[in-house]
Amino acid sequence: MIRFTVRRILWLAVVLLGLCAITFVLSRMVPGDPASLYLGPRAKPEQIQLLRSQMGLDRPLYVQFLFYLKDLSHGNLGDSLRTHRPVITGILDHLPASLELMFSAIFIALLIGIPLGAISAQKENTLVDHASRLFSVANASLPSFWLAMIAQIIFFKWLGLFPVGGRIDTVVGLINPVEKITGFYVIDALVTGNWIALQSALSHLVLPAVTLATYSIGLITRMTRSTMLEVLREDYITTARAAGIGEREILFVQGLRNALAPTLTTAGLCFAFMLTGTFFIELIFFWPGLGSYTTTAIFSNDYPVIMGVTMLMAVFYVLVNLFVDMLIAVVDPRIRLS
Amino acid sequence: MDIVSDNHRSSSNNRDLFRGLHLIFKNPLTTLGMGILFILMVAALFAPYLAPYPDQGRGLSNLRQRLEPPGADHLLGTDNLGRDILSRIIFGARISLQASVAVILFVVIIGVPLGLVAGYFGGKIDDLIMRFADMILAFPSYLLAIAIVASLGPSLLNALIAITVPWWPWYTRLMRSQVISLKELQFVESARAIGVSHWRIMFRHILPNCLSPIIVQATMDMGYIILAIASLGFLGLGTQPPTADWGVMVSNGREFFMTQWWISTFSGAAIFLTVLAFNLVGDGIREALDPKIRWRFQKN
Repeated sequence: MIRFTVRRILWLAVVLLGLCAITFVLSRMVPGDPASLYLGPRAKPEQIQLLRSQMGLDRPLYVQFLFYLKDLSHGNLGDSLRTHRPVITGILDHLPASLELMFSAIFIALLIGIPLGAISAQKENTLVDHASRLFSVANASLPSFWLAMIAQIIFFKWLGLFPVGGRIDTVVGLINPVEKITGFYVIDALVTGNWIALQSALSHLVLPAVTLATYSIGLITRMTRSTMLEVLREDYITTARAAGIGEREILFVQGLRNALAPTLTTAGLCFAFMLTGTFFIELIFFWPGLGSYTTTAIFSNDYPVIMGVTMLMAVFYVLVNLFVDMLIAVVDPRIRLS
Repeated sequence: MDIVSDNHRSSSNNRDLFRGLHLIFKNPLTTLGMGILFILMVAALFAPYLAPYPDQGRGLSNLRQRLEPPGADHLLGTDNLGRDILSRIIFGARISLQASVAVILFVVIIGVPLGLVAGYFGGKIDDLIMRFADMILAFPSYLLAIAIVASLGPSLLNALIAITVPWWPWYTRLMRSQVISLKELQFVESARAIGVSHWRIMFRHILPNCLSPIIVQATMDMGYIILAIASLGFLGLGTQPPTADWGVMVSNGREFFMTQWWISTFSGAAIFLTVLAFNLVGDGIREALDPKIRWRFQKN
């Protein structure tokens, strides 16, 4: 286990360095000079020259890269061209909203996907199985931004069940503001006993979280189904049946336990999809998270923000993958020995 | 193992593909997917003849009939510039199919030779190529694509490049694993023994025997690539107006969505049905080729 961990962490260092190199190259490929973009169209040439030397843009490229690495190690991702605020502050301000959305979505996906996959494996080739397969393929084919819009028109305009967007009702937010502890409105409202805000935050969370979860529900259902199909053919399941253990226990206790490792990998994969899936969902539901922050940046050509978010999300993604790999190595000894 | 059985094994890969094909039609869902794809291809090929208003499909605006609901004149309604949605969707099919085929070609042209070289030579070249591929795969792919288009500037070509970059490593991996299982076989050794060059062995003897998994993978990826192109289009990073693109159409309709629902709804449905069709067919092909799954088909 120690050798496995060391190897993975060395590889992590290489990947992170490559990551920096790629975002560095990308940010230098941007058309136009960063200094004049930052100062805007009315800047004087002297001002631009001064900022260029302050930013180190007159140095050779490899020196610039070293400067870039040094800045990154201090958590400095540059300043936004639009607001002139540090990118890292912008990211930290918007992160809790996105995380709240993504964690809720993963939770919903596991809650629906695992039982659905297990049941469809047990009822292999019946109508239930076919329906759940069509459901999961259809899920994987839905453009999330379109689904989100359809959800808005059905649940907001027609049924009036949920609000169209935002994190909390404006009036509720003004009269019963959520005290900031974790930045997760639902948790903060719950902890402080702010029931009115909790209700409003929850009703705002439902539509975005469910639409964000859709893709993952399909993926987790399929993965659980196919691993369960293999597990259910194993001898120990037959033995369990022969010993008179009920079908429900065989499925959800004996079988599912051994099908969980691939499902964990899939959940990690889903989280990765959500990192960008949330861009579209947040844009449509006016959810003030990282996705809204980035799409605003895309629409206004705010390159430092785009690169900063890419960098940070990629690091996050690599760490999630590492975590999932370690978790699986703990669960399944065959993997760490290979 | 003698040469005869060797050859048998190397050609069995490709024969399985054809034997599998008739099984595909036994699956109703796959047949449904095939049907949708057929309609789509006809629409794309004959767009100028099938579209009720071909000029509007190409981008000509018709401001007198702005935002008309679906009706006899315009079956699926018109957009904010008065253009017939059905015609735009039919012309959009061209863009989607052409663009996704282009990405598949890029990905195969980059990924397959790299996998071939890595698997055939092994050693340091293999390490170098595969570590680089792993590095790219360590990125969240959509995010990398968004960052690339954002820095290259929005256009359809840049969007295609941006989707290719995170995608080729999958084909390198797939190809490499195929090559490794093939290169130890006797027909390769015999070719070496009579002095055939490395390049000739790789491209004339090994490559043709690895094609069917690549074709299967490409079919399965088509849907996801169409989705990726539409998503970049939706963010304004892909096709630029007035060219018809499904993702851009959904995005345009957003502004009017609560009252004029038809623009985004129908163009989004086009994306959904197309991706669904490719996924159903891809799933069907994969199941028909996988012997572990195949017995279930034959039993029925």
